[in-house]
Amino acid sequence: MYGTGLAKGLALTLRHFVDSFVDDIRYGMRKYHHSTDNFGIRQGTKTQGVITVQYPDEKVAVPERFRFVPFLIVEDDDHPTRAGKDWCTSCGICAKVCPPQCIWIVRGNDPVTGRPVPEPEAFFIDIDICMNCGYCAEYCPFDAIKMDHDYELASYDRTTHHIHDKERLSKPNSYWRKIAPTRAYDEMMVRGTWEHIDVAKEARRGQSAARRGTSQPSPQPAAAAPPAPAAPEAEAPASPPEASSAAAGATPWSEDEAKREERRRKALERKARRAAKQGGG
Amino acid sequence: MVEALATEETIDAQTIDGAIAYLQTQFPDAVKLDDREGYQGLIVDSAQLLKVARAIRDDLGFDYLSSATAVDYLGVDDHMEMVYHAYRTSGGGALVFKAQTDREDAQIPSLVPVWRGADFQEREAWDLYGIRFPGHPNLKRILMWEGFHGHPMRKDWREAYYEEEVKPFDSRWPGGHVHRSEEKNVFGKNVAYPPEIDLNRLMDSSETSVYSSLGLGVDIEQIMDKDGFETNQLVVNMGPHHPSTHGVFRMVLTVDGETVTSLEPVMGYLHRNHEKIGERNTYLHNIPFTDRLDYISSMGNNHGYVLAVEQLMSLGRRYNPPTYRCEALRVMMVELSRIVNHLWAIGFWLNDIGAFFTPVLYFIQERERILDFFEAVAGSRMMCNYMRFGGLFADLPERIKSVSNLANDRVRDYNTMQFLTEMVNERIPRTIDELEQLLTQNEIVLERSIGVGILSAEDAINYSAAGPLLRGSGVAYDIRRADPYSIYPELDFDIAVEQEGDMYARYRVRVQELRESVRILRQILPRLEATKGESIWADGKVGAYAPRVPLGEAYGRVENGKGELGYYIVSAGGKNGSSNPWRYHVRAPSFINLTPMGIMSTGYKVADIVGILGSIDIVLGETDR
Repeated sequence: MYGTGLAKGLALTLRHFVDSFVDDIRYGMRKYHHSTDNFGIRQGTKTQGVITVQYPDEKVAVPERFRFVPFLIVEDDDHPTRAGKDWCTSCGICAKVCPPQCIWIVRGNDPVTGRPVPEPEAFFIDIDICMNCGYCAEYCPFDAIKMDHDYELASYDRTTHHIHDKERLSKPNSYWRKIAPTRAYDEMMVRGTWEHIDVAKEARRGQSAARRGTSQPSPQPAAAAPPAPAAPEAEAPASPPEASSAAAGATPWSEDEAKREERRRKALERKARRAAKQGGG
Repeated sequence: MVEALATEETIDAQTIDGAIAYLQTQFPDAVKLDDREGYQGLIVDSAQLLKVARAIRDDLGFDYLSSATAVDYLGVDDHMEMVYHAYRTSGGGALVFKAQTDREDAQIPSLVPVWRGADFQEREAWDLYGIRFPGHPNLKRILMWEGFHGHPMRKDWREAYYEEEVKPFDSRWPGGHVHRSEEKNVFGKNVAYPPEIDLNRLMDSSETSVYSSLGLGVDIEQIMDKDGFETNQLVVNMGPHHPSTHGVFRMVLTVDGETVTSLEPVMGYLHRNHEKIGERNTYLHNIPFTDRLDYISSMGNNHGYVLAVEQLMSLGRRYNPPTYRCEALRVMMVELSRIVNHLWAIGFWLNDIGAFFTPVLYFIQERERILDFFEAVAGSRMMCNYMRFGGLFADLPERIKSVSNLANDRVRDYNTMQFLTEMVNERIPRTIDELEQLLTQNEIVLERSIGVGILSAEDAINYSAAGPLLRGSGVAYDIRRADPYSIYPELDFDIAVEQEGDMYARYRVRVQELRESVRILRQILPRLEATKGESIWADGKVGAYAPRVPLGEAYGRVENGKGELGYYIVSAGGKNGSSNPWRYHVRAPSFINLTPMGIMSTGYKVADIVGILGSIDIVLGETDR
């Protein structure tokens, strides 16, 4: 009969309308309360009713892998030996893999020797150009640059506010562990320590030297194992034993270390250049 | 003569090699094998191109011209080249053939008389490369505007904010000279006029060519219709700012009363020279840029591009193909984005024919959940940037979980596999059922869409239509089956096809494809469970940021939601290094599917045009590139 198709469609619309109330009754007004469980129900796969989120009175917290304009990791202020120090060694890989080329890094030089120091003197990201692809964080060998979760960056003047400098970009390590506990844990497992990878290397070197019995004891006080991440307890990993042992005996950058690092980096770069050349003929 | 016949008999022209051998015996002086390292197919003498092309279509049955694009070999061989990829709609690989010409006064005969699908692609080659195509019925610029100076894809053409030939730029590290490009090239002062031009007297003549091809001026023409009534035939501009054109797209139509007598698509308003950017980029840089083509289904865009580059990389020695789990994840993501794409396409097509936003919002609810999943896995809802050469950005997370960070943040926490299972087995099928209940028998939809916008099977093939547009015209051509890639051969699904060729047929094809995608996803989930814990990278080695890409060419194509998405990549090396593609071309389904828009629209009413455009399903990020 002509019109049955229409009527069926209208019935469906009506059902959607009714469903939104049925769901309210089923879950009570709990659905709109602000605890994790209730928000999960409202947004989840079982819900039938309205799923709208009343931004900005409520916001969907973004998942851990969410990526928005990058930030630089610096050591927490309460770190015993490296407080406020950059994790970045200004190796420049992020600037190279950046598709729209929005990262500018000024590599520092030692004022006395004139040799490069493995930390950035200045670091700029033009967030107007950044396309939030996440390559910088993905390919950073030092876990020093990460994608942020703060997407509310609107400002009144794009010409003055949208090139983020090092001060604006820097956020403490604990912030990263808070917004992405699982990923921070995974990265720690790869590095073998909660500390910067160089600290671990230094510690390993110290240990092997100690085993050989040729080296002096480390002049620095042993870095205390950092506190376990102040993240939601749900899946927050306990600091594993090797992390604390690796962190012990850590020393900060020495000048020799810096030179060695620089040489190593140059060699790596040469290798990469060579590989690239051979790759395409 | 007898000998020639004898050789013909021994050639099995069904295979690609056989077809090439056949052409070599038929046209010994016109074709030769392309023996450059890593290249395939034939080089055809451009004077005899038309004759050879006819033989390829009629004698050998390569009835579908997938891609026609130009390459500028400045500094390598110093010539221009047109590259054609022809396929059989019965399935199988490509017959690649090329025609070469000088860079100065570049001319290659048009193949529009053979394949109408070459129309827009040759116009693009003229626009961006400056190759003339004698025999083309309407050769004028398509993405840039008439009067634009130069041909921007030529290797010696430099854009306004030119910094260096290829990325990464030296100014970024270790010097770090931060600057904003607009400071160097201030807006308003970045245009140079020839001295003889007086801006006050300047007339915009670029529009004239649009109207002249329609055979009349802008003025209203008095004509007598067949009953002797005096009616007015006039030109109507729909777009570029028109809600029904799905973006900044314009159609110039001539109407006789309410009936459309001719239609010409005008595009390029969102053109950003994606391909030039792609040639400045390194191979890796391009992946996030492909997200921005068809931004509804970025996973599919990623897939086509990584397939093309992997094809090239596989020519080299140290190449590890992706693992099984990686392939399964890729297929899952691509099928989910096909669902997103079709829900979106059907929803907005309904908007176009008058069901304003009620159906589309029901579909968008499901799309939201799929995007939530993309966000948790890839890090972004739409610009996924998920695939890498030989692998993926990351495996599935254990949980789809968030942490409160901003004020008023509300958190969610789901088990990923459980979420997926419920989506695939309950929510998405239920949504498709609802969609059908709402629309398939709805009398208004039927009246509006049956018999409107008809495209015949012959025309669909000849105009290089792809995707649901092609299958809605009765051509069962789906690349996942015709020229399979990834793990599709082992998956059980059917090609959706409808015979009528009208708007309703395309709608039915999309609904069927939604169901087939769910069917594929149901087969993928057990495969994911079975491979749980396996690496997504071969040997667990994460791909390098500067992969080794050997010399050669590759054409990677996938069945994307909107049709055949192809990437033609040339790695040529030369003095500029080779971590950057020499040629990066996108065969955009949204662009080429507009070629038959004119013949599909003629004879229908203006209100139908809106629906016909919606039923083709274009996205301007991909059309204009």
